[in-house]
Amino acid sequence: MSSRTPPLLELDRADVRRARTLARKVGKPVVDIASRHTTVSVERATLRLAGLSGADHERVPWVNHLVDAVREGVGLEHGVTQPVWDALRRGAAPDLLTLAQMASSRSVDFRLPEGKDATAAAKQSRQAVAHGIRTIDRQRAARERLVKRHGDPEQRPWIYLIVATGDIYEDIPQAQAAAREGADVIAVIRSTGQSLLDYVPEGATREGYAGTYATQENFRLMRAALDETSKEVGRYIRLTNYASGLCMPEIAALAGMERLDMMLNDSMYGILFRDINPIRTFVDQRFSRQVHARAGIIINTGEDNYLTTSDAVEAAHTVTVSQLLNEYFAKEAGLEDWQLGLGHAFEINPDLKDSFRMELSHALLARTLFPDAPLKWMPPTKHMTGDVFRGNLLDGFFNLVGALTGQGILLVGMMTEAVVTPWISDRDIALQNVRYVLNAAGGLTEDFHPPRDGFIQTRARQVLGEAIDLLQQITDEPGRAPLLEAIADGTFGEMKRPATAGKGLDGVVERADGYDNPATTLLETGATR
Amino acid sequence: MSAVTSDESGVTELPSVLRPYGDQTGDGMVQVSFTLPMPNGKRAEGAALQLASRMGIEPALVVHAKAIGEGFTFFVVYGPVKHLVEPGLVEVVEREFPLLSGKEINTAIKRHLRRKLVVVGACIGTDAHTVGIDAILNIKGFAGEKGLEYHREVKVVNLGAQVLIPELVERAREEKADAVLVSQVVTQRDAHISNTTAMSAAFREAFPAGKVPLLVVGGPRFEEGSAGSLGVDRIFGRGTTPGEVASYLVHALVPQASVSRQSKGA
Repeated sequence: MSSRTPPLLELDRADVRRARTLARKVGKPVVDIASRHTTVSVERATLRLAGLSGADHERVPWVNHLVDAVREGVGLEHGVTQPVWDALRRGAAPDLLTLAQMASSRSVDFRLPEGKDATAAAKQSRQAVAHGIRTIDRQRAARERLVKRHGDPEQRPWIYLIVATGDIYEDIPQAQAAAREGADVIAVIRSTGQSLLDYVPEGATREGYAGTYATQENFRLMRAALDETSKEVGRYIRLTNYASGLCMPEIAALAGMERLDMMLNDSMYGILFRDINPIRTFVDQRFSRQVHARAGIIINTGEDNYLTTSDAVEAAHTVTVSQLLNEYFAKEAGLEDWQLGLGHAFEINPDLKDSFRMELSHALLARTLFPDAPLKWMPPTKHMTGDVFRGNLLDGFFNLVGALTGQGILLVGMMTEAVVTPWISDRDIALQNVRYVLNAAGGLTEDFHPPRDGFIQTRARQVLGEAIDLLQQITDEPGRAPLLEAIADGTFGEMKRPATAGKGLDGVVERADGYDNPATTLLETGATR
Repeated sequence: MSAVTSDESGVTELPSVLRPYGDQTGDGMVQVSFTLPMPNGKRAEGAALQLASRMGIEPALVVHAKAIGEGFTFFVVYGPVKHLVEPGLVEVVEREFPLLSGKEINTAIKRHLRRKLVVVGACIGTDAHTVGIDAILNIKGFAGEKGLEYHREVKVVNLGAQVLIPELVERAREEKADAVLVSQVVTQRDAHISNTTAMSAAFREAFPAGKVPLLVVGGPRFEEGSAGSLGVDRIFGRGTTPGEVASYLVHALVPQASVSRQSKGA
């Protein structure tokens, strides 16, 4: 994307290589563990790709019923698809939906097929799941077509705005209005409770806390509305949601099938900030990233969270470490550079001397380390107060860093951040702020060259050095997966998350030798049938 | 709400009646901004003036009118407000406990409680914003003050975000908590109110009367003086520092350290 990246920081190439090598060393054992496990959510996502949707009258999705029933009957060690398509072949039910309905009252006996039966079940399940994968492929092609027709935003960074009313039918006009006012990317914030739900709600929803539930129908409604608006404003408006929490793989699959364009998808956020079991997270994350890779979705990572919970100067290097790990896990899962919206944020205490220079330095460091990724630049929140006038100024400086360092995606800061969920006027003032800065100073990337060994270069090198030290320290942890040890002993965000605890642990299953998941196979081989 | 000085003398020094100050005493100047759901134009400006006048701003000056979105106009209005304020009639919630230093806190607990003071903290309900509870509990602290964890004599159990109420009650019981601290940042649809009342009810149900841990909630949008109606012992608002919370806990829970426990809460 952004190809204009002169070596502004003059980082030592050997250091950069070393940082990446260490990230791989730290990440690889975790990927190995992830490949040896599956989760209830990965299996449910597989069923969703095979076309199973809907929920019972208590709004428990059929995918949950079916996975639970199979788990009770024969376990999930071999994957859900073999027992399910075996049951279908044996005529237990005429179709998948009926089978799930019957399974919900436990009136289906599942077995693990063997020999020819197993081969046939595998073949049929692959055909069914390939259907969903081809839907994802078609949606990716549709996006490419629409981007060609309507065009991309004229400027970089893309302007990213949040909508969060709780009611999808309120969100839609607000999102459309935001796009008309200049937003290029609309993010529908999820209801805060959703990350800990072990199911995906169904249908159009009109109630949520501090956000709107992510459901397939809400995705579809919003995407259709923004397609209309894209036509009207003459540029393709991108839609963002969250593939995080306990249902990360399912939400990723739904996002792919409903043509969402960006998904928040961090490798460690759920573990650290939601206390979700580490293994569950890494397994779910790998699957969801494989889906995102296939769907042409840009992921957004959540490094801003490290800075809001720790001191943004002291913890600057943890952002770099997290970006490197996110990059490793993403590429391992098949994502390309242009799909890596690695996060960072403007969260240094503005009362600190040289705070702006440090922000510039940190932002440039990210830009330099990941020259081909569309970095996501996030606004101040921690040091926003009720003083909205000062807040507007801070947001202006935040925008200036974004313009000056060539960020790919700019999350628009609201001066009322600490006060209310944004009013219509807040959004207008915020967009005016962004437009002014991009228009007045967007070209500064050309002129801005921090002097050799000056404050900015020195600070960036220092942060990179600290990041390398931390990665080295993690690799020195005991055990087969040092990263898990590091997460357990509180290395990140000052939170201790052992691999043997956390929410969603009971949904993790070790794969048996004959484990089969046609979705994973199709995603890993790139096959369409 | 932090530094409450000797308000008595402050009030007597003030005139009994004040008006807002722009650049001259008594000019009464205020500035307000708002959005009206109507397209920009003469009629919208007139409507803005009408609203200002009904707010007591007269003569009002619309200094900025801008169409935003479809059918909305944003205004900035300046003008003198005719209302007066009487500082003597303002009710102030006084801090009912002395501020203690970290050392005094440790000493008081050690000497008079003779065991560690146990605090269990959490963000409850759907609230995932741990900023508040972390600022008070984590060593890191807030506003230059170290968090409660920093005190040797305080045992802190921080359960983090999105803790279910039964889970919180259970942990409080397990840990034999002296105090339970709950942070509520999300206030959409008054979630902070409903979560807090549900929490206090759960504690009253689970513990025998008189054995309920001290219930303390904090968040930017709680009203001062609503502790009673929410069923909690104390509310802390925006800008509260860990030192204030620690001092309050000592005041409320450590018998000898402060005699006036009857004034607990607001």
